[in-house]
Amino acid sequence: MAGSSFTPLQDLAGTITPADLHFEVHHAGVPLIDPARHSLLIHGLVDRPTLLSLADLRRFPQVTRTHFIECAGNGVLAWRANEFGKPNPGLTPQQVAGMTSNSEWTGVLLRTLLEEVGARRSAKWFLAEGGDACLMARSIPIEKAMDDALVAWAQNGEALRPEQGFPMRLLLPGWEGNTSVKWLRRLELGTRPWMTRWETATYTDPLANGTARQFSFEMDARSIITSPAHPDTIERGWRPISGLAWSGRGKIARVDVSTDAGNTWQVATLQDPVLSKAHTRFSHMWEWTGAETIIMSRATDETGYVQPTRAELMRVRGEGTAYHFNPIYGWRVMSNGRVFFHGAT
Amino acid sequence: MPRGAMVVVVVIGVAAACRDGGSSSTGSSRPYDLGKPATSADVAARDVDVGPDGAGLPPGSGSVVEGVSIYAQQCASCHGERGEGKTPLYPRLVGRDSIAEGFPFGKDPRFVKTIGNYWPYATTVFDYVRRAMPQMTPGSLTNDQVYAVTAYLLAANRVIPMTATLDSASLVAVKMPYADRFVRDDRRGGREVR
Repeated sequence: MAGSSFTPLQDLAGTITPADLHFEVHHAGVPLIDPARHSLLIHGLVDRPTLLSLADLRRFPQVTRTHFIECAGNGVLAWRANEFGKPNPGLTPQQVAGMTSNSEWTGVLLRTLLEEVGARRSAKWFLAEGGDACLMARSIPIEKAMDDALVAWAQNGEALRPEQGFPMRLLLPGWEGNTSVKWLRRLELGTRPWMTRWETATYTDPLANGTARQFSFEMDARSIITSPAHPDTIERGWRPISGLAWSGRGKIARVDVSTDAGNTWQVATLQDPVLSKAHTRFSHMWEWTGAETIIMSRATDETGYVQPTRAELMRVRGEGTAYHFNPIYGWRVMSNGRVFFHGAT
Repeated sequence: MPRGAMVVVVVIGVAAACRDGGSSSTGSSRPYDLGKPATSADVAARDVDVGPDGAGLPPGSGSVVEGVSIYAQQCASCHGERGEGKTPLYPRLVGRDSIAEGFPFGKDPRFVKTIGNYWPYATTVFDYVRRAMPQMTPGSLTNDQVYAVTAYLLAANRVIPMTATLDSASLVAVKMPYADRFVRDDRRGGREVR
């Protein structure tokens, strides 16, 4: 069965997501895999087709890196209007953006494995296939393998959880989560994409101009205030406005916070470490005087990309677009201190 | 990282991996001598994928007529008697409603995508059915049965005639109605929102 669950962003501090609170998306359930019987097959345009066990994987040079994984569909609940033409004010951070999670991953750089098997220069794409019931598979440009792709076997210091791909998964930093194929069992090197269901029928982005964007891998920069947020009720006085920002194209360069519905913006403090393609915690001290207002955050990444409003994004994508929802969102603070989602930016 | 810088890193990475300049590959020996060689049988046991050029399509064939009965036995309990689906778990497979023609999906989320009004490659139907369906017993259909179910789904979507029979050559030749609507990602970071 397909299924999904969301990270409760409003309940977490810092940037690391506890492994059992990592969001989950399964396209055909969670397989129970005996690690002693599992192997990763690498074949196709390679000199030496090879089977690698988990034990083999752990004997290659290891790296540990902190990266987010974000589902391409993260934020669809906030994107869609309700019957009153606006996003639902009763949404929490978990519902608005809870399909992103951030972990410390340990594994082997994919380029190390491709050197081991003798990847041929003619290889331009590879197919990554999981060992779940539907053999979920995605085509990936070979450049990503030679850049920062990992085959990970550990998350936050422990073995991968079954829901996160035990015993091994692909990790493509900054790219839509579906491409970080879990329960990885096969990598085939070839010359062109395979056009699997998950890169044609789904995970393509219909646009208002009558086309559909395909292989839209990178996650655009985004931020969300996680405190205060719905369903909080706040008191007058000082508090941090705190949240998370991230970009699939590198580091977060700055986050601006508005406490007056977007009329003015202040630069928030970024909490170290600011890592590439990782959640970054921002905060901004704010004294709430008791007047109704809207607080918002806006991320800028190191490419200069500035998180757009929902209206800007809707203009270039269309309301019916299916993935990659990253607009500025806010929280409306009522005069009685109750906090509600403000999606119509 | 700026997009330009990433391209540079990629080029260096490829150059490093292809360090045996004269040979066609990334190296003539196993740097760490780990893992074990995969035999052709190891590969054949897992290599089920089919490409849009027909690579990987097996011998065999199946007709629309055969596909009608296989669909009724193997697919209809979830996807409905005529491929209408059962939301939200079981997607609609069949549908060429005029209101959803012309690729209007970006404008309004209420239009339902089907094989006929959205999928760009017919080979994807074969690949997906073979690897993932039926949900409780994936991989249980014969290649002839997968050709037949693929033929039925394409015919029900008015892509091929009800009299058709599909094999590898005829499946690759099928042109999907909206294949030309799919475009590569043009987002590049930087100031412009796309």
